[in-house]
Amino acid sequence: MSVFVQYLVNGLTIGSFYALVALGYTMIYGIIRLINFAHGDLFMVGAFAGWFVVGIAAGMHLPVAVQLLLALLIAMLAVGLLAMGIERVAYQPLLKASRLSILITALGVSLALENGAMIAFGAGFDTFPPNILPLSGFQFLGAQVGDVQLAMFVLSVVLMVGLYLFVQYTPVGTAMRALSFDQDAARLMGINVEGVVLITFLLGGSLAAASGVMMGLYYTQINFMMGFLMGLRAFTAAVLGGIGNIPGAMVGGLLIGVLQSLAAGYISSQWQDVIVFAVLILVLVFKPTGIFGERVVERM
Amino acid sequence: MALLEVQDLHTFYGSIEALRGLSFTVEEGEIVALLGSNGAGKTTTLRSISGLERPRSGAIRFLGRDISHMPAHRIVQLGLGHVPEGRRIFVNLSVEENLMLGGYLLRRTPREVQARRDEVFERLPRLLERRHQLAGTLSGGEQQMLAIGRALITRPRLLALDEPSMGLAPILVQSIFQIIAQIRKGGTAILLVEQNARQALRLADRGYVLETGSIVLADTAKALAENRRVQAAYLGGEPEVAL
Ligand SMILES: Nc1ncnc2c1ncn2[C@@H]1O[C@H](COP(=O)(O)OP(=O)(O)OP(=O)(O)O)[C@@H](O)[C@H]1O
Ligand SMILES: [Mg+2]
Repeated sequence: MSVFVQYLVNGLTIGSFYALVALGYTMIYGIIRLINFAHGDLFMVGAFAGWFVVGIAAGMHLPVAVQLLLALLIAMLAVGLLAMGIERVAYQPLLKASRLSILITALGVSLALENGAMIAFGAGFDTFPPNILPLSGFQFLGAQVGDVQLAMFVLSVVLMVGLYLFVQYTPVGTAMRALSFDQDAARLMGINVEGVVLITFLLGGSLAAASGVMMGLYYTQINFMMGFLMGLRAFTAAVLGGIGNIPGAMVGGLLIGVLQSLAAGYISSQWQDVIVFAVLILVLVFKPTGIFGERVVERM
Repeated sequence: MALLEVQDLHTFYGSIEALRGLSFTVEEGEIVALLGSNGAGKTTTLRSISGLERPRSGAIRFLGRDISHMPAHRIVQLGLGHVPEGRRIFVNLSVEENLMLGGYLLRRTPREVQARRDEVFERLPRLLERRHQLAGTLSGGEQQMLAIGRALITRPRLLALDEPSMGLAPILVQSIFQIIAQIRKGGTAILLVEQNARQALRLADRGYVLETGSIVLADTAKALAENRRVQAAYLGGEPEVAL
């Protein structure tokens, strides 16, 4: 029992990282029908941005809490702006071209980000300063829960709920849902479609960056290829939840995290991705619209 | 100066020339009917005016400004509303959310949006009863009212309506036409595309007849209704109210 709870706790922690990335996949798909293959790499750039800021802030002897806060905020802003820039330069000119052109461009952007990071930071692993995070924790149903784990989970949930409220209750959020449904009709409402798409990339990029910073801190090591596997897992999460569906991406991310943790714990960590991607295939075969998909698979 | 002045408009879909040098005007406060058979280019005309299609050449002046290269959302902002063919309401959103989107341009003054939404509810009480329902669950007539109500929130100077009576039962056709008459009374000029030529000409001040992308007739609504050619092509054998 306590072992199971432990796997669950660990699974929910990483699952919340997946969910943050999955949200970006699903929002971007929802509004421009693009599977943004570069999205996992934005997560990677976020991890590096956070690492870089922590390095500088540590050099200035700022308190650890301030270092972490700065790392999170600067990474989210920087990657959000990067995502906007990518959309403006690489995707926007192709929105009216064939689906395939924009998909291939996304692959190209992914390669550019990975190789750019490799040139900038090297091909090896970079590590966050050891012991930057407290090791304190508490017992919960026989499982050991780190304070850091809990804080990261709570932060992820706060970001997700914030996004959900934004999309559901603000005019710009309503505009996103409207244009995911009918772009021309949205234009006739006076919605600047290109602008709203840029805001969506800003949000998706910042969430991916938050996930990258937290995951980097959690595992302490980061690498220029870390976005690749994350991208695949988060994409699986988005499909599992029903691509285009925001609550679906959250639930899908958490489920994939738990599944992976249970698979690693009860079977073998070498099998965890086999099991995760087997789930993707099963979902695509038996319920391609995902958990929350129903017939509104094309909606947000 | 006319409220809307379209001059020698050419719009293409790929190599298909859908509009071949179209020219017409709409004056302040009038109702102008745009008639024509299927595929004549009526929808393309409205989409070109509201910025959803880019004309290849020609001028579109609204309130004296050339809007032919303006993005669609800016044209709405200038006061040109467009209720598109097939209504295109957001069926996945509630009636209220649809109306709030109509007020998107006024989103920084939410009080104003609420006041105008309430005006629309007053004018179209059916929508008030259904305000929390998903728009997709409305009947065809209610959906058309919602599409019109949504466009009225910005208080347009000119409202372009693309076949507002399409697919509606006769009694609803009547109420839609009554609503259009009321909107004009409020000072909004109307550019009305209709299959229902008889009704449209009864309501309109002037009309144009479109064939394969060109205007072939332009006259007062009364004269068009009496014109032999129009009667044969658009009014002939048509029952009083198209079913
Ligand atoms: N998206 C498109 N791509 C290619 N051709 C189009 C497109 N939309 C319209 N056309 C063509 O342009 C011409 C004008 O079409 P349009 O829809 O403007 O006609 P309409 O007068 O509104 O017809 P209807 O009464 O059927 O609504 C037609 O020949 C049509 O086939
Ligand atoms: Mg048409």
